[in-house]
Amino acid sequence: MQEHDMSWVRTEMALAQPAPPTERGAYAWVRKNLIGSVGDTILTVLGIAIVLWILPQIINWAFINAVWTGPDRTVCTTASQGGIQPDGWTGACWAFVNAKFGQLMFGTYPIEERWRPILVAVLFVALLVPMLIPRVPRKGLNALLLFVALPIVAFFLLVGGVFGLPHVETPRWGGLLVTLSLSFVGIAVSLPMGIVLALGRRSKMPIVKWLCIVFIETVRGIPLITVLFFASVMLPLFLPEGVSFDKYLRALIGVSLFAAAYMAEVIRGGLQAIPKGQYEGADSLGLGYWQKMGLIVLPQALKLVIPGIVNTFIGMLKDTSLVLIISMFDLLGVVKQNFADPNWATPQTPKSGLIFAAFVFWLLCFGMSRYSMYTERRLDTGYKR
Amino acid sequence: MASQEILRGEPSRGSFINDPRIRSLFFQTLVVILLFSSIWWIVHNVIENLQRLHIASGFGFLKSRAGFDISDTPIAYTSDSTYFRALVVGLLNTIIIAVAGIVLATIVGFLIGIGRLSQNWLIRKICTVYVEIFRNIPPLLVIFFWYSGVLAVLPPPRESIHLPLGSFLNQRGFYLPRAVWADGSWLIGVALLLAIAMAWFVAHRARQRQRATGQQFPVFWTSVALIIGLPVLAFLLSGMPLTFDFPKQSTFNLTGGFWIKPEFLSLLLALSFYTAAFIAEIVRAGIRGVSKGQTEAAAALGLRSGPILRLVVIPQAMRIVIPPLTSQYLNLTKNSSLAIAIGYPDLTATAGTVLNQTGQAVEGVFIMMIAYLVLSLVTSFVMNIVNARMALVER
Repeated sequence: MQEHDMSWVRTEMALAQPAPPTERGAYAWVRKNLIGSVGDTILTVLGIAIVLWILPQIINWAFINAVWTGPDRTVCTTASQGGIQPDGWTGACWAFVNAKFGQLMFGTYPIEERWRPILVAVLFVALLVPMLIPRVPRKGLNALLLFVALPIVAFFLLVGGVFGLPHVETPRWGGLLVTLSLSFVGIAVSLPMGIVLALGRRSKMPIVKWLCIVFIETVRGIPLITVLFFASVMLPLFLPEGVSFDKYLRALIGVSLFAAAYMAEVIRGGLQAIPKGQYEGADSLGLGYWQKMGLIVLPQALKLVIPGIVNTFIGMLKDTSLVLIISMFDLLGVVKQNFADPNWATPQTPKSGLIFAAFVFWLLCFGMSRYSMYTERRLDTGYKR
Repeated sequence: MASQEILRGEPSRGSFINDPRIRSLFFQTLVVILLFSSIWWIVHNVIENLQRLHIASGFGFLKSRAGFDISDTPIAYTSDSTYFRALVVGLLNTIIIAVAGIVLATIVGFLIGIGRLSQNWLIRKICTVYVEIFRNIPPLLVIFFWYSGVLAVLPPPRESIHLPLGSFLNQRGFYLPRAVWADGSWLIGVALLLAIAMAWFVAHRARQRQRATGQQFPVFWTSVALIIGLPVLAFLLSGMPLTFDFPKQSTFNLTGGFWIKPEFLSLLLALSFYTAAFIAEIVRAGIRGVSKGQTEAAAALGLRSGPILRLVVIPQAMRIVIPPLTSQYLNLTKNSSLAIAIGYPDLTATAGTVLNQTGQAVEGVFIMMIAYLVLSLVTSFVMNIVNARMALVER
């Protein structure tokens, strides 16, 4: 009987077959993501309807029908309103933004002195960009320049009155200059204050602890407007006769106090996240309180809460728009102020100005939140297993 | 005493400077001295300044005549009323806008948050765009956008936009038909209360029966039938005591109906759309925080997708959602103080007017702070009760 060996061993791998046509390519994607079920299909149709209804209107309004340049309101008004546009026209009046651009950026800062805020902005960007890129070395020096040297230089440059620079009073500041300077100085002040408050809240000294708790919880429980009211109407009463604060400084104090309370809670979160062993380890090395906190705990805690700090900063940038209520003119304030300009009073002006301001705020806040997400991911890697 | 201290171990370096207790005592005394001396200094300055400006201190001013008008008055108020009443009107307006805003923001926020987790790519993207736009714009700007950008450029009353159900929209606000309840309508209210009580009872009994026998009872549909059916029955029985007062167009204005002013409308829309973006993120994080194993285990037990969501995912997601949701509600309440920018008479606006008229800055700011703190405390108290009910009960 002849032996037939029926066994067969494959010596090479079978080639992978392509997925069936229903599972690949654009069709499968559409089926999975847009028309997966009856409900899904209805939602998709609804979504398409919404997009088709809104998007053309926005594009028409903001780009196609928009007016980009012009001397005064006539370019943005229809014939029946006394302008040059056909009746029934609606479009963005970017000409308004264009004409007021200097004011939106600097307020009524004297035109021949505007190189000073521009120089500060350039210095700021020049110091900020290397700070944000993780690979650039000398972070310590950079931070020192950004958070200590720059504010001092900026103060002398912006206020003037020394080195032959003419003095520019703060009521003449306005626009994006006020928005950015308030929030930047606010963060530079509120970060150390927040650290002190957070440490105080976790302190073992009951009086210090309760003082910090009362301050933090009170400030967090009331709206910023109330804090600004406090700063603008009560602070002058607190001071002896003859001593008075600049309005800008008062707003700055209000914003910083407010942000410090929120910052304190963010930092407290970080302090709590540091394992007890770190504290005990520092104690066993014989470090004193400030050495323990400054060398061991805070560096780790602050690193953990960078996203939280950035979020507080975003909140603060948005909140600076409230100074308009105590009649200071930040970016939003200048936009609002210019609605009253008879030269540019058209039905489209408010919408256009506000959307421009919204775009600037959005750009800043969105940029920061993306950067914070990036940092979070970057710092996270160390703890992943 | 001394022997005890020796037993606990006297610090080896005898110097009392290194004793933590003495140090702590020293620093705290220092803090107290600093605090009291600065308070004394401030009080001294305030008294001196007030005397110089001839402002009486104390809360006596609350009883004098206000002399200013308020546009939205939920309770009777004229310019002859007292300052105290003006502040109460402001507080009520704050509460109204906060409650309305919280309800609307929660609805929109949950819809958007669930939309961001949808299987549907288009819906997901639309919701993401919404969140990213509204999260990164100051709320004040959104308020102005609605107020000066949208509502102020609507047509004048004579060319009002007609909306379905007899409502109108023009630059003076939103006009809705107002329900007018005739005699006998109390019956409907009673029926509604009765229906709610009965629905609660049915739910209770059904739960007991399910625990005892495992049999289920369609609680939801029974409750719906009860809560809708009973009032409708009462409505029919009492002879339909409901008429509508429709807004009518006259030469210059609309008369009748229920009028929502543009200030309220823009504040409500702005606050709730702004807060909704944050609530959506919270809801998304909450639902994603429930691990996939929970869903799979529930499916393995034979539950269908409806009960999985209702019995397994949502109760666990709510545990993650409620604490940050509370802080969003608090934020919304605090942000309602932005009303002052468009002239809606909330607490901050009325207190600001009172403060300007009387010059009593200290008392005015104090009242504002206390009122907002109390509102915050009440909101957190309510949300803490909800949270306690939702929290994990460990056995």
